[in-house]
Amino acid sequence: MSMAGIFKPYLMKIEHIIDETPDVKTMRLAFADEQEGRNFAFRTGQFGEYSVFGEGECTFCIASPPTRRGYIECTFRKMGRVTSSLAGLEPGETIGFRGPYGNIFPIHEWEKKNLLFIAGGIALPPMRSVIWNVLDLRDRYKDITIVYGARTVADLVYKRELTEWAGRADVKVITTVDPGGETEDWKGEIGFVPTVLDKAAPAIASRDTVAVVCGPPVMIKFTFPVLTKLGFKPEAIFTTLENRMKCGVGKCGRCNVGKYFVCKDGPVFTLAQLKDMPQEY
Amino acid sequence: MESDKKLIGRSELEKLFSQWQSQGTRILAPKKNNDTIDFALVTTLAEVSLDQVQTVQSAKTSVFPRVEELFSFTSRDGRVVIRERDRNALPATVLFGVRPCDAAAFAALKAIFTWDSPDDLFSARMEKMTVIAVSCARADAYCFCTSVGGGPGATAGSDMLLTETGPGEYLAEIVSEKGLMAVGETSGLRPCPANVNKEAHLAKLEPAFAREKVAPALARLFDDAAFWAEQSLRCLGCGACAYVCPTCACFDIQDEGGGSGQRLRCWDSCGFGLFTLHTSGHNPRPVQSQRWRQRLMHKFAYMPERQQVLGCVGCGRCSRACPVDMNILEHVRSITEAKP
Repeated sequence: MSMAGIFKPYLMKIEHIIDETPDVKTMRLAFADEQEGRNFAFRTGQFGEYSVFGEGECTFCIASPPTRRGYIECTFRKMGRVTSSLAGLEPGETIGFRGPYGNIFPIHEWEKKNLLFIAGGIALPPMRSVIWNVLDLRDRYKDITIVYGARTVADLVYKRELTEWAGRADVKVITTVDPGGETEDWKGEIGFVPTVLDKAAPAIASRDTVAVVCGPPVMIKFTFPVLTKLGFKPEAIFTTLENRMKCGVGKCGRCNVGKYFVCKDGPVFTLAQLKDMPQEY
Repeated sequence: MESDKKLIGRSELEKLFSQWQSQGTRILAPKKNNDTIDFALVTTLAEVSLDQVQTVQSAKTSVFPRVEELFSFTSRDGRVVIRERDRNALPATVLFGVRPCDAAAFAALKAIFTWDSPDDLFSARMEKMTVIAVSCARADAYCFCTSVGGGPGATAGSDMLLTETGPGEYLAEIVSEKGLMAVGETSGLRPCPANVNKEAHLAKLEPAFAREKVAPALARLFDDAAFWAEQSLRCLGCGACAYVCPTCACFDIQDEGGGSGQRLRCWDSCGFGLFTLHTSGHNPRPVQSQRWRQRLMHKFAYMPERQQVLGCVGCGRCSRACPVDMNILEHVRSITEAKP
């Protein structure tokens, strides 16, 4: 029996690090074993367990799209033991990665529809994967709108990409910061995401549109009613749940929401599914 | 395979013990250690304690150790080498003297560890283990196996079941190929005469609740916050119930040893407040009543629905171990009797 155990991670070489905010970093990771890299495949919405050997594992989405092969990217905030240690690493160093885990954003079912992406704070990374995925297949989708907010201008992640998306004629981007979070030269909106969404609504198609919402629980809570008011059906509203996880493979018991495993049945759920689940997320 | 019934005496059992020893098979059995009786390595039958109703700890450590190395690693100058456990080095084991409830619990553990992404470390341990259970001649007030589909003489999960039919004399029911292998060529096993009445030697235990009523009652009560608050008022969240439970399998993964260390899997419990706590401070189950509800829902509703197996075998250990005397039998009974 020489089979690899389910908890054995791939070894990943840190290729490149971007400082998104003072405490948020994006890392590009390449497979140390090129053959493993060639065999690796994932789909947008999936996540993994990233590890610093000797410190432990933590859970993030894969923030790069599956259309860009040969590497994966993750974006994380320096918070606890593992992320603090991860944040101290340099390009060339090796970390572990297990995955891909979980279900996907069903982007093939969204073809020929309008897409509305709504994200808050550090929840843009899971959406970045799906945004790039659909932009790389741009002709399959109709209008694409991105609404993104953070507490302050300094907290906005992927600033370069936000500028790039905003510069495209085929994407509409609305960025906002919480009142008081603006700078003197801030040209975006000022206000909470649900309010800004409501205000922008007349310009956003709600027929034949799929909404994807990722953000802190309070943002999600106040965004769903706005979408519902705009005529979105619960089946057309997608989100990702962020329950704490350890194993990623439906065993450790940590991410259970009712009978569901966020790591197996999620992390992507529709509002219609959430309505049938206990509010343990 | 069809169950094969034999009579076996203590001296033949002794012979089996030495046979297993000579094959290099380790034997885990209930052993008295000061005031407690728990599963430990033994070499002779004389060391085994079979008079107790139940050991304090369950037998799950045999396949799901309290702390288990998943792999080890060395990290030096940016280079990492991972060394996996040698599955062949895992010990062949005879688990002797478990109660039928503990044997039945392996089905629940198997469901958790082998669904979807099978955990080969667990499976390797399971494959290399032979379960020899001993029927219960006595039950105590905490036992309720008959309420959850088991019984004092049930064979589910065992490779062989022994029932003491007289002083030093056992009815041996060999129920699997592994059981047959464990007996091997041992001489002295006699065919079981037709007049041996197994039932007469078993504990009598009436079911305390109707198990088909539990899941529907739980679904009905789920949103009744007052009910769960009252159910869990005494709960300290200490996790003792989960640690002694033969089916509880929630775990944590931690690294130890710095750059040249091990990645470890350690027991955990849904009763702990930290279990679900997010890094942000948000907690999906912030209060103990929700955690107690999760424990019962998981065992009696979610596992039966998702994995077609109850997460409770009625061993009663959680109630015996609870420092504030919460009794799961009473709790489940009150759930089935709660007015809609």
